Amino acid sequence: MAELHVELVAADRRVWSGEASLVVARTTAGDIGIMPGHQPLLAVMQSGAVIIRTAGESGQGTVVVAVHGGFLSYTDGKLSLLTEIAELSDEIDVERAERALEQARAEADADAERRADVRLRAAAAAR
Amino acid sequence: MGAQLREYKRRIRSVTATKKITRAMEMIAASRIIKAQRRVAATSPYADELTRAVAAVGQGSDVKHPLTTAAERPRRAAVLLITSDRGLAGGYSANAIKAGEALTAQLEAEGKEVDTYVVGRKGVAYYAFRERPVSESWTGFTDNPTYADAKTVAAPLIEAVQRETEEGGVDELHIIYTEFVSMMTQTPRRRRLLPASFGAEAEQAAESPVGVPPQDPAEATDTTRRRGEVLPLYEFEPSAEQVLDALLPRYVESRIYNALLQAAASKHAATRRAMKSATDNAEELIRSLTRAANTARQAEITQEISEIVGGASALADASATGSER
Repeated sequence: MAELHVELVAADRRVWSGEASLVVARTTAGDIGIMPGHQPLLAVMQSGAVIIRTAGESGQGTVVVAVHGGFLSYTDGKLSLLTEIAELSDEIDVERAERALEQARAEADADAERRADVRLRAAAAAR
Repeated sequence: MGAQLREYKRRIRSVTATKKITRAMEMIAASRIIKAQRRVAATSPYADELTRAVAAVGQGSDVKHPLTTAAERPRRAAVLLITSDRGLAGGYSANAIKAGEALTAQLEAEGKEVDTYVVGRKGVAYYAFRERPVSESWTGFTDNPTYADAKTVAAPLIEAVQRETEEGGVDELHIIYTEFVSMMTQTPRRRRLLPASFGAEAEQAAESPVGVPPQDPAEATDTTRRRGEVLPLYEFEPSAEQVLDALLPRYVESRIYNALLQAAASKHAATRRAMKSATDNAEELIRSLTRAANTARQAEITQEISEIVGGASALADASATGSER
């Protein structure tokens, strides 16, 4: 089966890159799944978990990443996910995210609450 | 010990102490260059992909947007000047300021009002001393800029670009920073961020008129360098306009971030070079002072010997005349 090359880059580093058979991301118009051979696409992502089903050289498996806004662009079998902040699910400290969520709720900080929520959901999706 | 010799010894000690300091600063700067360079490299995938995306939207759609479309009659331009917080870096800040002045003069000659935005204490001091207005300024992070810093800098600029010209908005956004070419060379660069230029037509528009310093070829943006590349027809989600709206701030932020990082690397390189020549000068000074001290010491010894010899012969003369009597 064909594969698509994924580059997931944050503003200050390359978070993940490899081969995948399916990438599911949340855009402003809803969730979108991208498989090899998709039409060239440029979309605005929303905060949420990006699920990458790895294939080929990267081996079978799933990589879950929490992204906070950004873009995805797909052309010629190459998918770029651009985001200001991205965290791999293994990097997420669940306890800390939970604490952050509680604190954000207490302080009614909508942005922080959303960020913590995205982290937790990504961590949950990876399990 | 004679007064002269003592004076030389004192100066040698003082210069040696200074040399130790400059040598340490040189080492620190050298290690920071590597770190700063690595950070520049780490941001380039993001910046490249973003530039590609912007180019794709710019070519693949005919949406009118400040990001891609030049105003018919641009009346006001914003110039972001990136200098450093600290000195001891040779002509680093002065060169950036000079490039900024040249660009300002050029834009004014084209009949545009110029709003100046300054990063770094040196630039701020320059404008404050000359009592010239600065729209906004930031200090405190030039040595180690983070993405959050780039966002704070970008926010008022993006806001100014999106405002109508009549209400004080700007039509163009230029940025002056010092590009890190190599350890030995750092050149001030001027780059037009907005409207971004793609393709051959826009490239001509982006190029500066004649009579500008020879740094111009570098003014071409990354996007124009890829002019041969044909970009595929994209599908936009939700719409080309909305994608552009979302892209614009990220594009400006990432460009500013990249410029800040390059400027930081250049600053460290300039510091290293300045400190290296200071260390070399100190060594030179110590050498000549040591020579002078040696001469002084020798002169003292010679004088002492001649005094002793003179004294002895005077005594001998005296005793010789005494015995004759």
